[in-house]
Amino acid sequence: MMPALEVIVAGLQTTVQDLGRFGYQEVGVPPSGPLDRVSLRLANALVGNRPGTPALEMLLQGPTLKVTADSVRLALVGCNAGIEVRSGNARIIPAGRSVRLARDEIFRIGVLRDSVCAYLAIEGGPDISPVLGSVSTYVRGAIGGFHGRRFQAGDSVPLKLAGVDVRAEYALPRPLDLAHDQPIRVVMGPQADYFTDGAVKTFLSSDYTVSPHADRMGYRLEGPVLAHAKGYNIVSDGIVAGAIQVPGSGLPIVLMVDCQTTGGYPKIATVISADIPVIGRRKPGRRIRFVAVGVDEAELLRRQQEAAIRLQAENLSAV
Amino acid sequence: MNVRFLPAGDTAMIVEFGDSIDRVLSDRVLRLSALVRAANLPGVVETVPTFRSLMVHYEPLATDNSSLTAAIEKLLDTSRDEPKPVKLWRIPACYAISHAPDLAEVAQRTGLSAAEVVRIHSSTRFHIYMLGFVPGYPYMGDLPDPLVLPRRTDPRIRVPAGSIAIATNMTAIYPLESPGGWHLIGSTPIRLFDLRWPRPALLSPGDAVRFEPVSVHDFDAIRAAVAADAYQVPSEIASP
Repeated sequence: MMPALEVIVAGLQTTVQDLGRFGYQEVGVPPSGPLDRVSLRLANALVGNRPGTPALEMLLQGPTLKVTADSVRLALVGCNAGIEVRSGNARIIPAGRSVRLARDEIFRIGVLRDSVCAYLAIEGGPDISPVLGSVSTYVRGAIGGFHGRRFQAGDSVPLKLAGVDVRAEYALPRPLDLAHDQPIRVVMGPQADYFTDGAVKTFLSSDYTVSPHADRMGYRLEGPVLAHAKGYNIVSDGIVAGAIQVPGSGLPIVLMVDCQTTGGYPKIATVISADIPVIGRRKPGRRIRFVAVGVDEAELLRRQQEAAIRLQAENLSAV
Repeated sequence: MNVRFLPAGDTAMIVEFGDSIDRVLSDRVLRLSALVRAANLPGVVETVPTFRSLMVHYEPLATDNSSLTAAIEKLLDTSRDEPKPVKLWRIPACYAISHAPDLAEVAQRTGLSAAEVVRIHSSTRFHIYMLGFVPGYPYMGDLPDPLVLPRRTDPRIRVPAGSIAIATNMTAIYPLESPGGWHLIGSTPIRLFDLRWPRPALLSPGDAVRFEPVSVHDFDAIRAAVAADAYQVPSEIASP
């Protein structure tokens, strides 16, 4: 029998994601990939995978899975929930450390109380062929991942490894900082000039909250309305994840990893790449405050973040 | 030439040539896109041409905004407005009422006969400005003035794949079933997007398109051939 994880309960939206599908935005295919790239990378590091190995992304409520391989090694990162093993030797393995589970063990990732997304890395990763160079799932386009869709009860997600060696398990040197109170840093533009000076001031000095309309395409925000200076239609131009578009309602939408590749609303600012994982974790109702930085600073912050990820990955502690 | 570099965070930048839908701007955008791709600049991930600007996606750990801006400025200096031959696709289009749910309404609203709408649409050579909205969706123009209508006030939740549509001064083909607010004036049996192809979209920005009217009988025959992977969309190299 092929090694697999069998889906007992699917969770709200469990998909396979790697670091994203690049090279096809010209034909309208978004990059997809994880909402929280940092957690995906750290989860992979804990099970000894290469950084871009596909992992399971779960949103808000995780799945219940059964091991149908000789053994698997797993690690959960991105929330404070744990891996709840519900059969045999029942136990909870907290987020941020690896664990080896045996055949027929059933485990659950429950409600992600403090985060939108979390990542379950599997040593060796799922055995799924890339589509257009990536294993990431783009659900709206039914592209990639496990049959282009979210998991359903009864699915059997094939794994690369039939079993894993017994070895020391690892933990992150310190728990992941979910950074829920950190201001979200943005680079102003590309169309900040489509807004009144007052709107730019409001944008940078007000509290916004994540609305219930938040998914992998975009997080709609609630808060003060932003006034357009030159109307709310532009001739379509390109969109990048993190772009904050403001349609006619005046309420900003932070476009995320499954967003359209082009669009016709003005974008007041763009969330820096280092902070996309931070906003990605924020649940509906959470507060968001924006602060402007220059492109140079954004680039520096991204390099620092990469260095911090590498440092964590190289300093895992045996448990 | 007035070109603006606009930041789009730290992983993309926009090279903006203007703010209108215009063939001259589009040609400049597409030329720069080809130049950037050919130059293999370090850190460039991909380019996305739109009506009036080029988005350049980059890896911020491999390059940065200022070096990339300098490199693209150099490429702009080498860019010449030389017309190049283009690929012209002849796309079979069935305009029968059974395959064109909005044709009668478009005729009525434009004050033309249905036959006249079809004649104008199928005798125009269109330029593909960009792909977007959904994978493989081509924005093509310009639609002759007599056919220009605003989008539908009640967008459809499901537009069938292959629908040929018009709105404003654009025409398009829905590659996949999707929601849509354009007027459906015909249908094509061909496939525009297929994940089995190395480049999953049939059409590219910069290509030209003509619609060739076919009967319902021919539509069915072509559709059967497409399903059997035994149909190739006719194309030729044409003057710009």
